[in-house]
Amino acid sequence: MLRIKCPICGLRDETEFTYGADAIVRRPDMDETNPQDWLNYVFYRDDPKGPHKEYWHHVQGCRQWLVLERNTLSHEIGACRLAREVPK
Amino acid sequence: MSNYSAFSIFRHALSGNKNWSRAWRDPDPKPSYDVLIVGGGGHGLATAYYLAKEHDIRNVAVIEKGWLGGGNTGRNTTIVRSNYMMPGNTMFYERSMKLWENLSQDLNFNVMLSQRGQYNLCHSPGQMDAARRRGNVMRANGIDAELFDRDEVRRRLPYLDYSDNCRFPVHGAIFQSRAGTARHDAVAWGYARAADKQGVDIIQQCEVVGYLWEDGKIIGVETTKGPIRAGKVGLAVAGHTGHLASKAGLRLPIETHALQAFVSEPLKPLIDTVISFGAAHFYISQSDKGGLVMGGDLEGYNSYAQLGGLPIVEHALGSAKALIPSLSRLRLLRQWAGVMDMSMDGSPIIAKTPVEGLYLNGGWCYGGFKATPASGWCFAWTIAKDEPHEDNCEFTLNRFEHGYQIDEKGMGPQPNAH
Ligand SMILES: Cc1cc2nc3c(=O)[nH]c(=O)nc-3n(C[C@H](O)[C@H](O)[C@H](O)COP(=O)(O)OP(=O)(O)OC[C@H]3O[C@@H](n4cnc5c(N)ncnc54)[C@H](O)[C@@H]3O)c2cc1C
Ligand SMILES: [Zn+2]
Repeated sequence: MLRIKCPICGLRDETEFTYGADAIVRRPDMDETNPQDWLNYVFYRDDPKGPHKEYWHHVQGCRQWLVLERNTLSHEIGACRLAREVPK
Repeated sequence: MSNYSAFSIFRHALSGNKNWSRAWRDPDPKPSYDVLIVGGGGHGLATAYYLAKEHDIRNVAVIEKGWLGGGNTGRNTTIVRSNYMMPGNTMFYERSMKLWENLSQDLNFNVMLSQRGQYNLCHSPGQMDAARRRGNVMRANGIDAELFDRDEVRRRLPYLDYSDNCRFPVHGAIFQSRAGTARHDAVAWGYARAADKQGVDIIQQCEVVGYLWEDGKIIGVETTKGPIRAGKVGLAVAGHTGHLASKAGLRLPIETHALQAFVSEPLKPLIDTVISFGAAHFYISQSDKGGLVMGGDLEGYNSYAQLGGLPIVEHALGSAKALIPSLSRLRLLRQWAGVMDMSMDGSPIIAKTPVEGLYLNGGWCYGGFKATPASGWCFAWTIAKDEPHEDNCEFTLNRFEHGYQIDEKGMGPQPNAH
């Protein structure tokens, strides 16, 4: 069981959250016409073995989107911030 | 190395089974090979075997960081089937099924293929329609498929929940009678022994940590046992594909996720087939030792750790009980996990990469065990001829660029949903 420290609700079980996606991936501007940028956004991932930044939704808590730092090899949990407060 | 046969078992029994020779050699790596396969799971070993057998390329090594079959080959729930309906998948998996059906003879190693059949249960009229469509695609391609209504399923699988207050009532099932299970370790060992016999070097406890480069081309690998040169390098590292590709400067349409499996305490024979629940991601069969072998959903988040958490245990066992109420007092004996490359469309990649000298076999998600023979066969073809066979020509790396994803489940580019 992962335990995630939501900045609003505090330490909660993994089962209250839903995993979103890789939080490094940036959506291109809506008027971007280079297909390569959209391809990278939709399909391609770094898939790191180690530190990973990822979106989680505290769906059964405050319903905020969070950005969590977590190690994909050790499952060690790092900083957790509100997604809207993470600089783009 | 001698052939295995009923006679050899008898002869060795007379001498107290003391004189069996080892099944494959344990060589030190040579400085250079024509083809080097990274990953000693079923796919890597099968590739080496078919390179030698079908293409007469014998100066080949398989490099494995742990022991043979210690990855997903030895961790999976061993279901073998060919009930795919998307172009690109259908005939590939049927090739695999045909290779399975003759594999024990071909390898002179009993892979214990048991064609006990597989049911995909349907729990709504919509699911029945989808199953009928799938079955028709299979039959149009010469693959066996049958559609059963509720009464027929009830006659065949009387232990499912047919009660009035059942949360997901069984409406029927699609059944493939040639599907079943095989012995996972035997697949790795059988291919290893047969490849070794053809001259392939199998090198265990040797991790690939990087590549050797010349003029932007890969000409070998850097390993924990030193550099090894190779004309061509093929990756078959399941779960570690993203990691090893990144060392070659490649970003892939893949994420690594963990999947668990569970085995119960042994029971008297109860389930003589393979059953997949249609209302949640759950499937069950019974091993020869009597344990019920079960699998469920992915953990949901990216993971390279070969371990799984309790929420999925609860999910899988809840599904088990919803499907077969008589299992409610059963205890689990063992639980484990493997890490797999989940691709963005749920389908694999068997192709040359944009990096010269590097070939890729990956993206198998949780369905790659059944693919083992055809995957090795097609990857060997692709490496030997520098072009795909028609059965793997859709498993390209650039299909995402061109809009040719093979999304069997229609889930979209969300790896943890496939
Ligand atoms: C719990 C679970 C249940 C499953 N159930 C089914 C099922 O019922 N039916 C089905 O068809 N499929 C199933 N699968 C999927 C299937 O197991 C895999 O898709 C398939 O085994 C992949 O085969 P492989 O030979 O490529 O992988 P592996 O056996 O994992 O082989 C890859 C090898 O590469 C090695 N390796 C990795 N990195 C390096 C390196 N740097 N250097 C050297 N070696 C390296 C690893 O140690 C490993 O041995 C399941 C998987 C899991 C985890
Ligand atoms: Zn919260």
